[in-house]
Amino acid sequence: MVPEELRYTTEHEWVRVEGNRARVGITKYAADRLTDIVYVELPEVGREVRFMEPFGVIESVKAASDLYAPLSGRVVEVNERLRDQPELVGQDPYGEGWMIVIEPQDLSELDRLLDAERYRKHIGED
Amino acid sequence: MGESALEALRRTPLYEHHVRLKARIVEFAGWAMPLQYEGIVAEHRAVRSGCGIFDVSHMAEFWIEGPQALRTLDRLLCNDPKRLADCQGMYTPLCNERGGILDDLVVLRVWGERFLVVGNASRREVDGAWLRTHAHGCRVRDATEQTALVAVQGPLAAELLQPLVEADLGSVRYYHCVPETRVAGVRALVSRTGYTGEDGFEVFTPWEEAGRVWEALLEAGAVPCGLGARDTLRLEAGYLLYGQDMDEETTPWEAGLGWTVKLEGRTFIGREALWRQREEGVRRRLVGLEVRGRAIARPGAPILRDGTNVGVVTSGSWGPWVQKSIALGYVPPSLAQPGTQVQVEIRGRGVPAEVVKLPFYRRIPRTKSSAG
Repeated sequence: MVPEELRYTTEHEWVRVEGNRARVGITKYAADRLTDIVYVELPEVGREVRFMEPFGVIESVKAASDLYAPLSGRVVEVNERLRDQPELVGQDPYGEGWMIVIEPQDLSELDRLLDAERYRKHIGED
Repeated sequence: MGESALEALRRTPLYEHHVRLKARIVEFAGWAMPLQYEGIVAEHRAVRSGCGIFDVSHMAEFWIEGPQALRTLDRLLCNDPKRLADCQGMYTPLCNERGGILDDLVVLRVWGERFLVVGNASRREVDGAWLRTHAHGCRVRDATEQTALVAVQGPLAAELLQPLVEADLGSVRYYHCVPETRVAGVRALVSRTGYTGEDGFEVFTPWEEAGRVWEALLEAGAVPCGLGARDTLRLEAGYLLYGQDMDEETTPWEAGLGWTVKLEGRTFIGREALWRQREEGVRRRLVGLEVRGRAIARPGAPILRDGTNVGVVTSGSWGPWVQKSIALGYVPPSLAQPGTQVQVEIRGRGVPAEVVKLPFYRRIPRTKSSAG
């Protein structure tokens, strides 16, 4: 449910460091809670995002929720497939449902995020 | 919502059944109700293509009985109850003196001077007080918490329900009812009504016995559906939700419910105001909006035309069956023509939207040969 190698925000985003880049999505826990994801609004490539500030919006049938950047940096890739297939987020949140790739400014921000164990506690799955 | 907050809420007789089905439970009008089981989209599709069942036991039911029952309702309802034959029902707004909508009701003439009035859970107290104040020569009995209600909806509803029912459902026309029959052995009133845009029935049973009906329907293959799907289904079908798309400040003309208002040769509360507004014209009208893209126009979103605020969205969702972002909202009559281009403001941006004819979804009636 909560992959060991990722870091997490309290707002249920995950981040995976891949060399000098970082891939971002939302957790299975969040996707399950949202269910019926019908729209994901993502930033343009090139936009600067800031630590724990909104970078996009995810909409389920019932509600819209902000997406928070787990790291500051520049967006270098966005998952274009989500434009027409937002349901990928629910089906494969840690894989094909990824949202953006960031070129991070400061990897020490990772220390301010939750590891898998603390995230499990955060969602009451310890 | 936490367990403790849910504790204080009213529960339908099917509450434990919902918990067993792992429903997500939410508060609605003071009741603990299932929002969804498998998911809103899956449940929505089940109702459009098969058969879904909804626990709507929270709905308000009033029995109006006595020698002057018809006369009392004739003085209260916008629609004309004198047109009803026995076992026939109608949809009608209930208005105040200003023509503002107090609630929207289904009124069934069960037999002669015996009527069943079904209202919104959120308006139970208002309806009850209004009916009692204006009742003459008849009794008003609030049977809400003695009457369970299960809606059986979808193109396969008749097929699925029939084996459980003593009466012949084929002979029950739309907006008619069988006042006394048995469903899964339980005494029931069955009407051919609903809030989904599909063929379907509503089964009224004694409170304690609803579980048998619910379980028999599940056993027969019906898909349990929550209030989430009920909302997306009614929106696609262009049905209004009280408290969201209309309230006491809204008249039936504004809400697009003019077809239910029968002014001629009658005197009912609100008639004068409605007559006047028909002469003078309305200042706003409810319209359907198709929003470009996938972003959803939520209630309260401003409707813009050339950068100017011209109205407001009252309901909006992704339409799981029509596969579009759809909404209801109010605009000036000059912008109510289908084809009119407007914008809806979503997160500070004007998103293009088009005024369209309601409903967003219309079922294709099954032909005699395929009705089975």
